[in-house]
Amino acid sequence: MAKKIDSKTAGSPRFNPAAKLDEVMTGTTVFNIPFPKDLNALKGMSPIVIKHPYFVEYVHSYGQDSPFFAGLANKKILGTRCGKCNYTYATPRMHCTKCGKETKWVELPQEGRVHTFTTCYYGSEEFLKDTPFHLVLVEFDGVDTLLLARLIGVEGPEDIKIGMKVRAKFRRNSQLKPTDVYFVPVA
Amino acid sequence: MRPVYMVSGGVSKFEKARPDATFQKMVKEAFDYTMGDVPRLKPSMIDGSVASYFSDHFTRQLMAGIMATDYLGLCPKPNKRIEGGGATGGLCFQGAWEAVASGRMDVCLAFGFETMSHVQTWKGNEFIALASDVNFDYPVGGFYSGYYAMMVNRHMHEFGTTVEQLAMVSVKNHMNAYDNPYAQKRKRLTIQDVRNSEMVAYPLTLLDICVMSDGAAACVLASEEMAFKLTDRPVKITGVGTGTDMMRMADRPHGDVILAPNEKKSDYRNLKYPGVHSFRAGRSAGLQAYKMAGITDPIREIDFVELHDAYTSSEIQTYEDLALCKYGEGGKFVEEGHPFMPQIEYGLKLKTKGTIPVNPSGGLIACGHPVGATGLMQAVFAFWQIQGTIKKHYGSGELQLKKANRGLIHSHAGTGTYVTVSIMERGW
Ligand SMILES: [Zn+2]
Repeated sequence: MAKKIDSKTAGSPRFNPAAKLDEVMTGTTVFNIPFPKDLNALKGMSPIVIKHPYFVEYVHSYGQDSPFFAGLANKKILGTRCGKCNYTYATPRMHCTKCGKETKWVELPQEGRVHTFTTCYYGSEEFLKDTPFHLVLVEFDGVDTLLLARLIGVEGPEDIKIGMKVRAKFRRNSQLKPTDVYFVPVA
Repeated sequence: MRPVYMVSGGVSKFEKARPDATFQKMVKEAFDYTMGDVPRLKPSMIDGSVASYFSDHFTRQLMAGIMATDYLGLCPKPNKRIEGGGATGGLCFQGAWEAVASGRMDVCLAFGFETMSHVQTWKGNEFIALASDVNFDYPVGGFYSGYYAMMVNRHMHEFGTTVEQLAMVSVKNHMNAYDNPYAQKRKRLTIQDVRNSEMVAYPLTLLDICVMSDGAAACVLASEEMAFKLTDRPVKITGVGTGTDMMRMADRPHGDVILAPNEKKSDYRNLKYPGVHSFRAGRSAGLQAYKMAGITDPIREIDFVELHDAYTSSEIQTYEDLALCKYGEGGKFVEEGHPFMPQIEYGLKLKTKGTIPVNPSGGLIACGHPVGATGLMQAVFAFWQIQGTIKKHYGSGELQLKKANRGLIHSHAGTGTYVTVSIMERGW
């Protein structure tokens, strides 16, 4: 990432001797490499670095979690509840972690509170294009566990408070991803 | 189970990139250092080995463990690979401990490595984030710094922990590393430097977070009989503990604190535990190890700690899990100076320095975090500390603690999903 000049500390002229170009993963392809007459000189050779692409298309099944995604496509947040423990999971699991019994699907409220949050200014490569984005763990009344989601409709982390009310919104055209539901602050 | 000792260790210097060496060669460097430190140990005396590396994605080589084993010349003896995210190295160390404790082996080598420079930093973050639930967590914006930021925001809300307290951990660990030639980052910083560095995931800045590295580490563990044949100063492993927790942070219960021997139920009247602010796996691992080592008052009975500070925040959370202080007091614990080295000047006003030095080596934040090597690196640094051989291995004795009879090493994965704690003691 590029180092920024700190306007508070830099004098005039504003030199930054620590300036550095961003590192890139590209190089130049060469077709021949110099070779020494003396084989002992090979130990001083620079390493040869080549590039490999690594692209895989996975066929990923949501398995027993699939109804959750069908729920999002229909503007419902589905959790699961254990009939024995009455423990309710906001992020669904088909078997109760406390007793091992199979759980049943239940619909969750669409309003909850921020349990905790962050704003990501960097991210995994796949999500770099989305930065900065806000992540929240949402808590719901009567539900024992939390749900991870994106929060939009706020500028920065200073606008997000633990305990603040948030409401679910859904993508009109579902992508069948957990991001089909996202949250906005309740006015 | 029979007693197990560590007799030697070695670390390749952790660097941002080692294009000059494949992973086998890096392991060989750490191995050769290990062998060189105990001349009485011959490769023929090693009964088998355990390999540790985290991600097949980084290596782009399956069965890399056997390739390192054959490079070391340890075929056809037993070997297996152990994997458990960030705790891979700690699990590997305990895997070698199990091999010797059970009597299966008299001498077992634990080695680990990671080659993280093979992909660009943000792709690397993506590989790491795949160690979160790919149905529900990863697709929302999988990013470990983001996960830890959410945890510390809750910790701050629950207990009043401050960003300045987090920054003090960074100042401490970077400064400690100043005298550790193995460390990747050796910096004198101020709290302001940490806060002014680039924000990665609020409130964690670039200097609150460890970096990716290439590197390897190795440890040799042995039975009592072999240990005393090989070295005059073996270090005894007197306690091991391994804890686990649910992969999804969202699933963590909000129940009662698992009490350490030095705590009472009334200490935590309204605390919902572990929630997302504490690591139940760390507490579980710590209590198992303490019980085995006969420790009831950790802060008084342990001389120093090498713990998994992938984030400044997780170091503070871990003080509490390990019962060095009560839950909620981690921020105050660092602010008062307890985990700082007594002999080092940090440029900070500290009330009490050196109650229990934490990460005298500089930890992951300064040494680097080549995942599979990290937990073993901690074991090696702790081993040298207890042996009193820091000067020999670092080239300067600045970081040698006067009293280092008993140390604790702590390895940590995921958002606290696997945690290992091992207790190491002067064995001679
Ligand atoms: Zn149940």
